[in-house]
Amino acid sequence: MMLLTAHLPILQVILPLIAAPLCVLLRGPRLAWGLSVLASWGCFAIAIALLRQVLAEGSVSYALGGWAAPWGIEYRVDVVNAFVLLIVSGISSVVLSGARAGIEAEVAKDRIELLYTCWLLCLAGFLGIAVTGDTFNVFVFLEISAISSYALIALSGRRRALIASFRYLIMGTVGATFIVIGVGLLYMVTGTLNMADIGARLPAVAESRTVAAAFAFLTVGIGLKMALFPLHLWLPNAYTYAPAPVTAFFAGTATKVAVYLLLRFTFTIFGADYAFATVAMEWILLPLAVLGIFSASLVAIFQLDVKRLLAWSSIAQIGYMVLGISLVSVTGLTASTLHLFNHALIKSALFMTMACVFYRIGSTQLADFAGLGRRMPWTMAAFVVGGLSLIGIPLTVGFVSKWYLILALLERGWWPLSVFVVLSSLLAVMYVWRVVEMAYLQPATSNAKPCEAPASILIPTWALVLANLYFGIDSSLTVGIAQRAAESLLGVSS
Amino acid sequence: MQHHIVLQVVAKVLLPLILLYALYVQFHGDFGPGGGFQAGVLFAVGLILYGLIYGVDTLQRVISPDVLRTLMASGVLLYAGVGVLGIFMGGQYLDYGVLAQDPLQGQHWGIFFVELGVGITVASVMTSLFYAFAG
Repeated sequence: MMLLTAHLPILQVILPLIAAPLCVLLRGPRLAWGLSVLASWGCFAIAIALLRQVLAEGSVSYALGGWAAPWGIEYRVDVVNAFVLLIVSGISSVVLSGARAGIEAEVAKDRIELLYTCWLLCLAGFLGIAVTGDTFNVFVFLEISAISSYALIALSGRRRALIASFRYLIMGTVGATFIVIGVGLLYMVTGTLNMADIGARLPAVAESRTVAAAFAFLTVGIGLKMALFPLHLWLPNAYTYAPAPVTAFFAGTATKVAVYLLLRFTFTIFGADYAFATVAMEWILLPLAVLGIFSASLVAIFQLDVKRLLAWSSIAQIGYMVLGISLVSVTGLTASTLHLFNHALIKSALFMTMACVFYRIGSTQLADFAGLGRRMPWTMAAFVVGGLSLIGIPLTVGFVSKWYLILALLERGWWPLSVFVVLSSLLAVMYVWRVVEMAYLQPATSNAKPCEAPASILIPTWALVLANLYFGIDSSLTVGIAQRAAESLLGVSS
Repeated sequence: MQHHIVLQVVAKVLLPLILLYALYVQFHGDFGPGGGFQAGVLFAVGLILYGLIYGVDTLQRVISPDVLRTLMASGVLLYAGVGVLGIFMGGQYLDYGVLAQDPLQGQHWGIFFVELGVGITVASVMTSLFYAFAG
């Protein structure tokens, strides 16, 4: 075991990467599921070990193939990406554990093991983006995760999923192309692809137009990937028509990894001085975040499909993260990093309840939720707790995120914006209430019987819900890590 | 199929040459231009040409979609396996230098098997794409 601890950064990526082709070879839906669950929990264990190692000893570096950085590909883990690795692998493990029944119900039988293969490849891609310290390697993993997510969405039996997947493919490819153009321009001026190395060389050439163009391309490309308003139009359909467990996986991971990329490129590579003093990025991010929160929440209120409603709410939540980033303060970045974790818990829990509902009812249309509070008491109770967390009621993780965001806003003296954040929560109350009202206060259709979801989906759903409450009550662990991450991004030592 | 007689004869003559050239590009890739990706594409081109002229069904009797699926996965596993072997031999992931006593020989073996994995996967993916559109 002593031997393997030195290889944790690479094991994080190759475990799902090796399990993925094994799933194809196993040729059994159940076997493939079992193997993917094992691989995913293995990743989670590695992520925990890495985070502990990083918290204790500082950042970890791994030279792929024995080629030293900056020539070879370097995997570099500090508090920020160790935290992201933990989020991604954790969400994937819990959701995957409860995914079997939902996926067998939604996906054609001969394609189920391919779905798990894509899931693992996608996981490997997300983890790879987070773990690598090489900008071109970021692009490679971005494509691995993106191409497998297009397939994951299209694997749902519905025909609309194909169009949703194709639209995502077009937008995702534009985003990835912009990112690779940005990386290319950076390589042109610095002659290196290693993140830390680029970061060290950029200040000398910061005046050039090429660097400004690289910054613009990268910001727009990453903005597309994270569904930053107004580049978000691919997201609602992709989330609505993907198989329900896949949506729960994406909601907690895909956009989070993109937000991490924005943090990494802005703070580690370009540096806060360049991004916010020379280019004044906060005056682009701040209005977009505010507009995104407001308009996406407003659109969410009028949705007729609950999955789509939650998807629009996700776009609004991205706004909160970006709002925290645009404050360029330790508290602001703490709020953003914290919300990465907290929103992953909230949305994965909520989308897991959608998996429960879809499994029993075969639809997530709001009209079909009538009387569901009686028919599926545990599922709807999970939805209510998740919804409260989304709104930001005290004792839930949503509250902790908003608390820190408001603190950060007040620190800058921007109290009108903190009022706006509180008011925007009222919009969340409205869209969550519409579902709750339909489920609990509307009578069910005449011959509806109780039809609680099976325990195999309910247990992981409730695990996520309880995590919402646990980290909402005892936030010292997550806030502590988020704070250290924020300090390391801004280069302030505590 | 009678009126395709010229095509059929020419294809039969060319096919072994195409496959042989693919293998040359594959196994000579570490000394000259070439490598697994190009070799895989060339090999698949041979198979696809056969499929175009003699029909997809005939090609599927030579190599079935199921076999292709297995090959696709095994190629990736071979690549990743060589990397993991590096870890077990005491180096980093994908460090070929530790695969043999002499680091130079190790690098040689490492890239040989990694490129073989690439070649197998690329050839089978290309042929699968052909099946997906023609089948």
